[in-house]
Amino acid sequence: MAEKILHAIYDDDDKLLAAVKKIKEAKIDIEEVYTPFPVHGLDKVLGLKETRLAITAFIYGCIGFSFAIWMMNHIMILDWPQNIGGKPSFSFIENMPSFVPIMFELTVFFAAHLMVITFYLRSKLWPFKEAENPIPSTTDDKFLIEIKFDGSEKEIKKLIKETDVLEIKLHSNKKNDND
Amino acid sequence: MASHYEAPIRKPLVTGGKSYHDVSVDIVNAVEGKANKQWWIVFSIALIMFLWGIGCIIYTISTGIGAWGLNKTVGWAWDITNFVWWVGIGHAGTLISAVLLLFRQKWRMAINRSAEAMTIFSVIQAGLFPIIHMGRPWLAFWTLPIPNAYGSLWVNFNSPLLWDVFAISTYLSVSLVFWWTGLLPDFAMIRDRAVKPFQKKIYSLVSFGWSGRAKDWQRFEEVSLVLAGLATPLVLSVHTIVSFDFATSVIPGWHTTIFPPYFVAGAIFSGFAMVQTLLIVMRKVSNLENYITIQHIELMNIVIMITGCIVGCAYITELFIAWYSGVEYEQYAFLNRATGPYWWAYWSMMTCNVFSPQFMWVKKLRTSIVFSFVISIVVNIGMWFERFVIIVTSLHRDYLPSSWTMFSPTVFDIGIFLGTIGFFFVLFLLYSRTFPVIAQAEVKTILKTSGDNYKKMRDKNG
Repeated sequence: MAEKILHAIYDDDDKLLAAVKKIKEAKIDIEEVYTPFPVHGLDKVLGLKETRLAITAFIYGCIGFSFAIWMMNHIMILDWPQNIGGKPSFSFIENMPSFVPIMFELTVFFAAHLMVITFYLRSKLWPFKEAENPIPSTTDDKFLIEIKFDGSEKEIKKLIKETDVLEIKLHSNKKNDND
Repeated sequence: MASHYEAPIRKPLVTGGKSYHDVSVDIVNAVEGKANKQWWIVFSIALIMFLWGIGCIIYTISTGIGAWGLNKTVGWAWDITNFVWWVGIGHAGTLISAVLLLFRQKWRMAINRSAEAMTIFSVIQAGLFPIIHMGRPWLAFWTLPIPNAYGSLWVNFNSPLLWDVFAISTYLSVSLVFWWTGLLPDFAMIRDRAVKPFQKKIYSLVSFGWSGRAKDWQRFEEVSLVLAGLATPLVLSVHTIVSFDFATSVIPGWHTTIFPPYFVAGAIFSGFAMVQTLLIVMRKVSNLENYITIQHIELMNIVIMITGCIVGCAYITELFIAWYSGVEYEQYAFLNRATGPYWWAYWSMMTCNVFSPQFMWVKKLRTSIVFSFVISIVVNIGMWFERFVIIVTSLHRDYLPSSWTMFSPTVFDIGIFLGTIGFFFVLFLLYSRTFPVIAQAEVKTILKTSGDNYKKMRDKNG
């Protein structure tokens, strides 16, 4: 585990982007970036992989669609077929037009909710979860780059000072119970 | 600055030369400050109406649906009128946040939060009516597809009323999740500023520990986009399905294929009118004139004008098709609507919904705050009449002239309707004091493209 943590704080998204580019070019690993709003292009500059949440939503939607078909087939055709207003209930395909609205609704229901649950779990968001942004103003108007490293901070500090930085804070990475 | 270019023809969406910090401060002000006298007055009125409504609901449920003015000919009246009216109002929120997101309309960002709140609160009101109309609301769970413990009967998936159950519960829950996900960064902003320990605790709880990591934001944006993509057909499907309640029946005046698009346009129309009503007041009370600008009001008025024209077109199409179909029952239903004993309701609807939005062609009128407010109220009244006209005038003269009758609401019909208006405003007023009423994180993303100070800077420096 790295010994030291450096926090470089910026007051503008463009300054932040320029700094991230510079730090990346110097081949220094950025541990994390905290921003008050989505900074466009930040994920590309940081080299983050594309999120696969949209793919999960598609899969969840397929599950919802299949579930709807299974459920209505089981209830209306297999378990208790009834003559309701003369609508054919002998086979799924004959009765299917009446099932379209609910097939659609359940597709959306599953895709939306399961995707959001996946997002919350992956990003560790739930009630009673403690926030982890190092300084509170990163949800207001400050942008923070966190770098973890071993050894001397001189070089990194020098590099950061070349960017349009507002403040640099250095912490030693003490082992504590949270780690 | 070059990456924040926006065509100079676009008007600024944030005025007053705001910085990122100013945005936070302005939006958190309503939460951190104290409520003024007007808030307490309006809140008290709303609360009294709400309590009155609860009284009427309790009376209706303990006495029976006979407490309402329904009779054997008009079996659906105010309850379903109010239900459809509230669901319709609930459409603007998702339309603004989802459809305008897909179209990359930046002006949605100042109004989407409140519009979504309005959606959720009005769908709650809508849901009350069918549940009360069941007569035994404690058995409402019978609408769920669960094996019935009182005899092994399932729900009927051929029924549009059951489609409604699925559509509206999906709509309510997905809207809620969409809204809450968008709220997380804004709750986090309030949490990180809060000084009072209790406030800090509450906002920590509701912000789900949002920290604003780069990866979180990447996922957040993807989730917002996909939810918008899902919510767009969802919002269209919900009012389509509500219209199926009527369109799949065989009642002249209901049995028309134009209903789905006509209802959806009407829903957007009334929803935008309600957003307009609420936001014109809110921007003043909460000092948000720099975020909800005249430009926003004008754009909403244009949507109201266009959807008003679509609705008007649907009214005329209905009349034409009734004549063209050659079905005399259908022809009579529409002739009776316009010239029968309910002519006043029909022409109120026509005046409010088709004629009044036409004033919005005039730029001076659609940029006038007072005029916009008046028209938004007129449209809301008109849309209530539309549902009343569709429901009651189609029923009150059925195939058997001996059962022809009129509908008159009882004090309980009126009381429950007023009660839901009270409940809606109780929720909205509480929201406006405790929630970040503008999606501040999103507004910050457009500040450099659409803020007036940045626009001026670009004009100067090129």
